[in-house]
Amino acid sequence: MIEMLPADGLVIVAKHECHTCVLVEPVMQSLDRAGPLTVITQDDPAFPSGVGRVLDDQQLERSFHLKIEAVPTLIRYEGGREVGRTVGWDRAEWTRLAGAAAAGEGLPAWQPGCGSRSVEPGVQEALIARYGDPGLASREIPVGEWDDPIEACFERGWSDGLPVVPPTDERILRMLGGTDRKPDEVVGLVPPNLAPCTVEKVAINAVMAGCKPEYMPVVLGVLEAALDPLFVLHGLLCTTHFSGPLVIINGPAAKAVGMNSGVNALGQGNRANATIGRALQLIVRNVGGGLPGGMDRATLGNPGKYTFCFAEDESDPDWEPLAQRRGIPAGKSAVTLFHGEGVHGFIDQKSRTPEELTRSLAMGLFGVGHPKLCDSGNAVLVLSPEHYRIFKEGGWNRRRIEEELHQALKRPGRDLIHGAQGVPEGLPASMADKVVDKFQPDGLLIVRAGGPAGLFSAIIGGWPGQRVREECQAVTHEIR
Amino acid sequence: MNYSSKLRDPTAETSPTRRARLAPPASLDGKVVALMDIGKSRGAEFLDRLEGHFKSAGVATKRYRKPTNTKVAPAAVMQTIAAEAQLAVIALSD
Repeated sequence: MIEMLPADGLVIVAKHECHTCVLVEPVMQSLDRAGPLTVITQDDPAFPSGVGRVLDDQQLERSFHLKIEAVPTLIRYEGGREVGRTVGWDRAEWTRLAGAAAAGEGLPAWQPGCGSRSVEPGVQEALIARYGDPGLASREIPVGEWDDPIEACFERGWSDGLPVVPPTDERILRMLGGTDRKPDEVVGLVPPNLAPCTVEKVAINAVMAGCKPEYMPVVLGVLEAALDPLFVLHGLLCTTHFSGPLVIINGPAAKAVGMNSGVNALGQGNRANATIGRALQLIVRNVGGGLPGGMDRATLGNPGKYTFCFAEDESDPDWEPLAQRRGIPAGKSAVTLFHGEGVHGFIDQKSRTPEELTRSLAMGLFGVGHPKLCDSGNAVLVLSPEHYRIFKEGGWNRRRIEEELHQALKRPGRDLIHGAQGVPEGLPASMADKVVDKFQPDGLLIVRAGGPAGLFSAIIGGWPGQRVREECQAVTHEIR
Repeated sequence: MNYSSKLRDPTAETSPTRRARLAPPASLDGKVVALMDIGKSRGAEFLDRLEGHFKSAGVATKRYRKPTNTKVAPAAVMQTIAAEAQLAVIALSD
């Protein structure tokens, strides 16, 4: 219980590390001699000297309740009510509130104060959690005095198998500070349980994933895209196939949060890449109830189901980024979601012309799903800088690469039907006389990423559910 | 128990906050019951009696023992019980 403030008199909130507070220390001593004065000190119980009643507020509870934004703050109380307040040192204001004893002979007439410790970055949310009403709707889960909160999260089944950051009120409040959207806004219904997911639930799971608050707009954009009915998140979750959500970020948001599109772009080591993708998976798990072995029926799965998220390299002005290719205006941020299985490395260190590389890439891309299956899933081609340079030096832009690859990815049906080449897997015999496309017309998504060295690109196969084009596709949404 | 901190539920809150106990098995047929002696005096005596009852009922048992009653069971003991038995009875105190 904190000590009560006087019903009548003066209160000054100060901190020793504030030069203005130190400047007015003689004024505080003068006011103490003149009448009832209480000084609330934020950082040093021995400051100010020569004052009778100094209250230690290193826990900042008084400062929080008094809504102190800067120090020194002088407050006058009468009859238990605040009747006047001034911030910083201003002789005219101090003498108006406190009389002649606050004149401060020899001091400048005015000097601004310093920020209150109670409003330093991250502190306000902790104080709200500790002393105020956080206004959160999600139910509280108490953790035992001797329990490890990280282990408590594991035991409740909230984890994907890796440790999560325990979702405390202060962390959730900080995360919510990353968006202007109201905590109770419903973003959508998350499968498989079609549970309403509020911005607050997104924030809780983003905390657990390890996101920073500034990632929130991206995480919300990713979730909205994932809940687009055309993405068929429910089907992707419950499939026996390998695939899971692959997240590709374009535009200023990717740079703003420091996403990696360069060296090891598809690998570990970048917080934004790692945690934005993980947040989506945790939302599906925790809010939607999509648990491996429950609704997630993957035969093998893939490591990307922990997280699979990267940004496109947009450093070359000649390159049309993926999001713009898919209808997002230049300069806008966007998320593209694809049903991605694992990364398949493609090696070609001999091709030197666009034509050679196109034929070579087509050989690699034809292996998606099975070399004799078409419409068994589309694909993402992650074009590395060294492979891209071959196309660029040959004068090929994105559209040309797409068209040439589309043509190179046709095969005679007789080579692909059941039993052809001694392999039962394949297309129906009725396709024997047709020329067959490997992917749908816009089914190959090309994106640039990767480090500067290495004549390697990456092929990320899709999901057989994509074969019904009007029901299931990759989706691209602008990030609001 | 005192609660020193609290978390917020990340789920859709469709299940109780207090985790439910595992339901007891409908039958002991084919099950192995672990009889765990934590090392307190006369614990073994209690387990001997139980073992006799289980045996006469046709239920298989296996005996386990902690090295000392002052510490939690080593992980190896816990893992062995989990691997070899489906139920456990622990002789807690003298």
